[in-house]
Amino acid sequence: MQECIDIFNTFAGCLTASGADPGLAQFLSILLGVVLVAMGPLVIVIFLIWVERKYAARVQDRLGPNRVGPFGLLQTFADALKLITKEDITPAGADKLIYNLAPIISVVSVILIWAVVPISPLHIGADLSIGALYFVAVGSIGTLAIMMAGWSSNNKYALLGAFRVVAQLVSYEVPLVFSLLVPVMFAGTMSMQGIVEAQLGMWFIVFSPLAALIFFISTQAETGRAPFDLIEAESELVAGYNIEYSGMKFGLFFAGEFLHVFTNALIFAILFTGGWLGPFVYQVPALGIIYLFAKGSIFYLLSLHLRNTLPRIRIDQLMSFNWKFLVPVSIANLILVAFLWKVIQLIGLLPGPENASDFLAHLPAAIIMLVGNLALTVVVLQMLRNVGRRAVAANAVSTPANAELDDQPYSLPVPH
Amino acid sequence: MNLLNEWAFIGVFVAIAWVFPALPVVLSAFVRPRKPNAIKMQTYECGVETVGDTWVQFKVQYYIYGLVFLVFDVEMVFLFPWALAYNQLNFFAFGAGLVFIFLLTDALIYAWRRNALEWA
Repeated sequence: MQECIDIFNTFAGCLTASGADPGLAQFLSILLGVVLVAMGPLVIVIFLIWVERKYAARVQDRLGPNRVGPFGLLQTFADALKLITKEDITPAGADKLIYNLAPIISVVSVILIWAVVPISPLHIGADLSIGALYFVAVGSIGTLAIMMAGWSSNNKYALLGAFRVVAQLVSYEVPLVFSLLVPVMFAGTMSMQGIVEAQLGMWFIVFSPLAALIFFISTQAETGRAPFDLIEAESELVAGYNIEYSGMKFGLFFAGEFLHVFTNALIFAILFTGGWLGPFVYQVPALGIIYLFAKGSIFYLLSLHLRNTLPRIRIDQLMSFNWKFLVPVSIANLILVAFLWKVIQLIGLLPGPENASDFLAHLPAAIIMLVGNLALTVVVLQMLRNVGRRAVAANAVSTPANAELDDQPYSLPVPH
Repeated sequence: MNLLNEWAFIGVFVAIAWVFPALPVVLSAFVRPRKPNAIKMQTYECGVETVGDTWVQFKVQYYIYGLVFLVFDVEMVFLFPWALAYNQLNFFAFGAGLVFIFLLTDALIYAWRRNALEWA
């Protein structure tokens, strides 16, 4: 742990020896770390955009970018150059200050999350004792940026997009935080490094797959992507909140969105599948970076696949899905997990700190938690089925003309 | 790194994180053409001239969802200390947490029963 921090301490010590004020030297060493952590995501996003475009192209039976550089890898650089040289149009009625700040804030809100992303046993920007809470707090600044963009554009489409942001992103934060409570409860700490190390014996996704699933769905909605991309539904709102943006400011919104998806995949990997944990990670800490990015990439590709294959849902379905399904289920899951965890602890099935890395010692606890989660899933699905049947029946009564159609097995309950 | 350094890092980070996204925007200000005219600066609404004011009264449902969220957001923060100390507490902690979560659920049921969650 110490060696890597010592790089910065050595740097600070070197500066002090060269005659710099110790406080200034300390500040400069922190500044060096900050620049490294803040640059990372911006380098990554250049390749993320390529991955995203290539993947979308393959799903849609196209080739995707393949002209600039090998496999079109340099396409993003060409696009960035193009966007920089494009004229920037600020609509006459716009609120100029907010209008210009919004795209920058949307990227800043994502970059800020990277301060607490532990990429290896040694490397983390700042291992805050409230890392998980920091993730929630900083993540919701992105909502603010989109609202600022929609409001200040003085455009009706953009404003409608901004309204939907308030409704959607804010609502999906509730199940997000409820499912975030589960790994915090297991680990007994909010520090990201602590949460990763607590998964040494068993990943938290095994303890509570339901919480992991809810977290994944909520993050998908938080990034505002299909099937939850109502905030920029192009068939209704043209482009939603970013309709009036052009040039590099438009580019920043997109860079921010792509980066947000990947960052959320990394956070998911950290919270539920052990982050940088993997074989020999303590001997060769640099391996942790590979493990984390490999795990994150799997969830990133899953997210891309959902985006490219699912149709958009309607706004009333979106809100009902959150408040009448995800929130109650996440509350029930939290209660269940808390109960089972305490029972397991009290009957002594939970391994102590002496065999925290023992996979087999965690197995009985994991099986009980898994069965509990599965039981809850079955109950929830059964309840959903009843609701669906009742909706179909009510629909058949209210519209006798369509009764025959509704009796078909493929007909879905129509929400009113 | 001690606690103070961690927060010093976040402090500097918040200040520096602005620089990198702002850089391309500032850079493009030197390179891009600037030829504004009245038609170009019009609000884009698919070519149709915009009618009336944009910042008007809006659907109250958005506001209601915001209010329901506020209830949850404020109360969920209080669940974090509970979850944090949960491993060290006895079974009573589960009961205490249950009461608190029940109060939260109560708010949800109330909103649901009053049709605040309907998109009408």
